[in-house]
Amino acid sequence: MSDKPHLDEEALAELQDVMEDDFDVLIRTYIADSDERIHALRTALRNSDTDAFAKSAHSFKGSCINIGAPRLGALCSEAEMAGNEQRLERAEILLDTIETEFKTICTMLENSLES
Amino acid sequence: MDEPLPEKGPLRVLIADDSDSDRLILQAMVKRLGHDVVAAEDGFAAVEQYRVFHPHIVLLDVMMPRMDGMEAAHEIKALAGEVLVPVIFLTSLSDAGALARCLESGGDDFLPKPYNRIIIEAKINAFNRMRLMHRTLSHQRDLIHARNWQLLQEQEVAKRVFDNVAHTGCLNASNIQHHASPTSIFNGDVLFACPRPSGGMHILIGDFTGHGLPAAIGAMPVAEIFYGMTSKGFGCGDVLREINQKLKRILPTGMFCCAAFIEADFHLNCLRVWNGGLPDGYLIRGNGEREILTSNHLPLGVLSPERFAAAVDYYRTEPGDTLLFATDGILEAENADGEMFGQDRLLEALDSAEEHGSAFDAVMAGVRAFTGAHLVQDDLTIVALEMVEEEALVGLDNRTPPSALRGPASWDCSYSISDRTLGHFNPLPLLLHICMEVPGLRRRSGEVYTLLSELYTNALEHGILGLPSDWKSSPEGFGRYYAERERRLASLRGHRIEFTLHHRTSRDGGELRIVCEDSGPGFDYKDLLGPDEAQARYAGRGLGLLRQLSVSLDFKGAGNQVEVLYQWDYSEPRSQG
Repeated sequence: MSDKPHLDEEALAELQDVMEDDFDVLIRTYIADSDERIHALRTALRNSDTDAFAKSAHSFKGSCINIGAPRLGALCSEAEMAGNEQRLERAEILLDTIETEFKTICTMLENSLES
Repeated sequence: MDEPLPEKGPLRVLIADDSDSDRLILQAMVKRLGHDVVAAEDGFAAVEQYRVFHPHIVLLDVMMPRMDGMEAAHEIKALAGEVLVPVIFLTSLSDAGALARCLESGGDDFLPKPYNRIIIEAKINAFNRMRLMHRTLSHQRDLIHARNWQLLQEQEVAKRVFDNVAHTGCLNASNIQHHASPTSIFNGDVLFACPRPSGGMHILIGDFTGHGLPAAIGAMPVAEIFYGMTSKGFGCGDVLREINQKLKRILPTGMFCCAAFIEADFHLNCLRVWNGGLPDGYLIRGNGEREILTSNHLPLGVLSPERFAAAVDYYRTEPGDTLLFATDGILEAENADGEMFGQDRLLEALDSAEEHGSAFDAVMAGVRAFTGAHLVQDDLTIVALEMVEEEALVGLDNRTPPSALRGPASWDCSYSISDRTLGHFNPLPLLLHICMEVPGLRRRSGEVYTLLSELYTNALEHGILGLPSDWKSSPEGFGRYYAERERRLASLRGHRIEFTLHHRTSRDGGELRIVCEDSGPGFDYKDLLGPDEAQARYAGRGLGLLRQLSVSLDFKGAGNQVEVLYQWDYSEPRSQG
């Protein structure tokens, strides 16, 4: 998983082109959404609800791929798999990694918006 | 919902995705393609939006809270009904089974994440083409449905009109057996029978080239002429000439009517048969012998009136003889192997007539056994006429409607024909027509016609031509009689027959005086006392019948002038035999 880049610059450039003035609205929406999703993943894990965990991971994966965050997308995909396989410890490890990765790309995205 | 739409231009696209960022991206992409977009954040909202927005295309995320994409697709498809509203699933699923389930729930395709502008545009365009094609097909199907319905309605009305004009006349007579397809008006077959005012009947069986409405339309004037002229007392030659002339005039080239015309006389027990293009008919004698009635004319509606020949073949018959005619539907009836019934099987069936009770039943049984259950398209038209004693036929119904007019009460007329006109013109329909203007006489057309016809036949054949009536009592003499009649008619000079009609009404009815005078030498009627003399002068029923129908009968002058007084009232007439 570590072979994928944090951000897909090409995809982001295209999004910027498509969204025009709404690009920063999109990025802020994505960040707010993702916060909620990590929160949902955490809750699911606490309840040992592997099914809810897998579904949230799946949705999170979709928006990460679309926004151009392939490494986070790949981590979500692994988390979805762990949920489906009901491997709670693995899911816990992956969720920590996801949080770290999310913080990384948040910083990168905010920097790019400011510049 | 399926309002007209330009082939190009903005589409209404409904998007449902619970991820806010994904929805923003997709919405922006579809808008940039120039379409109008409405977005929903779950399946439930998507169905609500569908009802309000009536989108042309729907893009649905699979996993959504409240109602997922599959359920929403199912509901939207149900709401769309026959209209094709393409549903495309937005998905990052990669599992083949999950993808297949999307399509099973009613989806039409997938769009994978991450979204790609080029692919989105291509998919929307492809599905729009499919949508338009589906709409065109639906329109055309509806159009065909509507046209077909209209056609059936028109045929139904046409059939009702046809049935009223071309009714089956006296086909229900006790000596006629027949079969005609219930939808025969649209297979081009016709079968009519009509009693003649003087007794006897006419039968016409025919087969128009072509099918459907054109054939039915062609058949209508045939029925009008056939029933109209037969009821007025015209003979088969006149009716045939009139039908031929009419069809020749109204039918397009290549359309005509193969037909057989039968004039049956149950008094003299003889048949006149004209066959123009119909398969062989058969005259089956009481002893089982068969005479073949082959077509020796062109069909009706082919030749111009000058070239048309209405010559008929005469057959003397006995009670119990049967005449059988069928259209080619019998010969061409197919079995499951595509074989045709054919002439040989028809003759075989006729050979077994005895076992089946009648030739008609034998042929029908033969065809049914041959075709088996295969007889889906019933194209059979067949008629059998049994020769009977005149007395056996009573109350034939020709369904001629009564007139609503009051008509003349007091009138006189005098009409004479002379020389060669005597040979080729039959004045009886005209004279009957004049008498039939009196409504009270119309119900007695048979009696009036008989009076006129007996007087005329006697005046012409005996008074002028001097033919001995006893010739007609033997088969050889019968032929000789008619041959001699033709010969003598051709060389007539300086002769005439004059009818004088005089009519007055009384309170309860009226009286008709008919005087018929011929230019022949007459005879010494003063000696006309015993029945023997009467038999010699007036063949068969002649004089006796005249006396029976009239109040008085007198000979005058040199015996070439006969006066008959006929009275009528409003009571039920005697049988219209």
